[in-house]
Amino acid sequence: MKDIRNLINITDLTIEEIDQLIDVANDIVENHSAYEDICAHKKLATLFFEPSTRTRLSFEAAMLELGGSILGFSSASSSSAAKGESVSDTIQTVCCYADIIAMRHPKEGAPIVGAQRTTVPIINAGDGGHFHPTQTLTDLLTIKRKKGRLSDMTVGLCGDLKFGRTVHSLIEAMLRYPNVKFVLISPQELQVPDYIKEKMTAEGAEWVEVESLEEAMPNLDILYMTRVQKERFFNEEDYLRLKDSYILDLAKLETAKEDLTIMHPLPRVNEISVEVDDDPRACYFFQALCGKHIRMALILFLLGIKRA
Amino acid sequence: MNIDGVRTGIVLDHIKAGKSMEIYELLKLDKLNCCVAVIQQVDSTKYGKKDIIKIDEDIPLDFDVLGYVDSNITVNKVRDGKLDTKVHLSLPETLTGVIKCKNPRCITSIEQEIVQKFKLVDKEKKVYRCAYCDAEHVAR
Repeated sequence: MKDIRNLINITDLTIEEIDQLIDVANDIVENHSAYEDICAHKKLATLFFEPSTRTRLSFEAAMLELGGSILGFSSASSSSAAKGESVSDTIQTVCCYADIIAMRHPKEGAPIVGAQRTTVPIINAGDGGHFHPTQTLTDLLTIKRKKGRLSDMTVGLCGDLKFGRTVHSLIEAMLRYPNVKFVLISPQELQVPDYIKEKMTAEGAEWVEVESLEEAMPNLDILYMTRVQKERFFNEEDYLRLKDSYILDLAKLETAKEDLTIMHPLPRVNEISVEVDDDPRACYFFQALCGKHIRMALILFLLGIKRA
Repeated sequence: MNIDGVRTGIVLDHIKAGKSMEIYELLKLDKLNCCVAVIQQVDSTKYGKKDIIKIDEDIPLDFDVLGYVDSNITVNKVRDGKLDTKVHLSLPETLTGVIKCKNPRCITSIEQEIVQKFKLVDKEKKVYRCAYCDAEHVAR
């Protein structure tokens, strides 16, 4: 069997490979016509066992812009999973029809099961609360484009840092770059898990935990917002006391740096006030665009296709 | 109390007191046709009290299962009345098909045919992680 590269977790990629993906994503923007038919006659299967807006559409847009085709399903109910077919059997079947697979599944570890039987590259497009590596690649590309670097900066992560998988993956990815300081802004109930703190300390990264967004704001180069969900709190009193603290509005941005980059994996509910959308520092929809470009680069990388 | 020595077979020594029946069931020793002795609450200079299992036949043993249940166990293989080999167990690096992941969000919770796999991540604290969902499992 030929060697297949899959992307299950962000740590499946070396730092050099991530840099290479970012370079290709930037080249795609600069030389778009060179990539228009580069994936002609190649097919991407998007197997989404649960709904998604950005991830599925950005994968499909990515393949279409590379000149390839797409097939797949957007919910488990419209696949044979509804009849009880296993992930393994689904993957072995889809391998007969597609050259590469992007898969989202509500159960954690499902892409690992798929990867055990696949004959084409599999990309984990999110497995429950576990991994979401293409979101992390999206975040890294956004930061690189906005800051011109992935090192030497202070990254503030705000909101639900306990259950937010995108936060954990971003920290793990940014830890590999020098002189990145993390400011972890959350209520006590939703602090980053201990194993992430242990990793930051082991890697020699500087990190600090604070409860107040206003207190942290002046020092930040990046502000990565996440949603604080009511159901995560033990009692409603604490939720009511803290919920407004983690809603970003223009008043809270008054002390922020002029070149702050505000990010959010989306969808947002109310954690970023819509009045912030017009602020030039708001980058979350630009981030969604970066998601398409990095997925284009990733598809090319996993298919082993390079620009002539 | 005297139990005869094993002529050719296996002696599982230094089993944590009270754990011998768990091992007896795990190794399915009740299915053997040979003589098996389970000796409980034996005085031990090393542990205070211990259990011992004597099996009067040289059966294949899953050292990973034994090491996971109690890594202090010593396996003595006896041949013609003499000690042939002595194996000191340790916590296995991987566990395949031994324990089940308890995370209800894990893919193994809905697809029963998937072989359960765990990797040892912290030897000191006896922490394993599910190879699929990374959920922690602490060995007792």
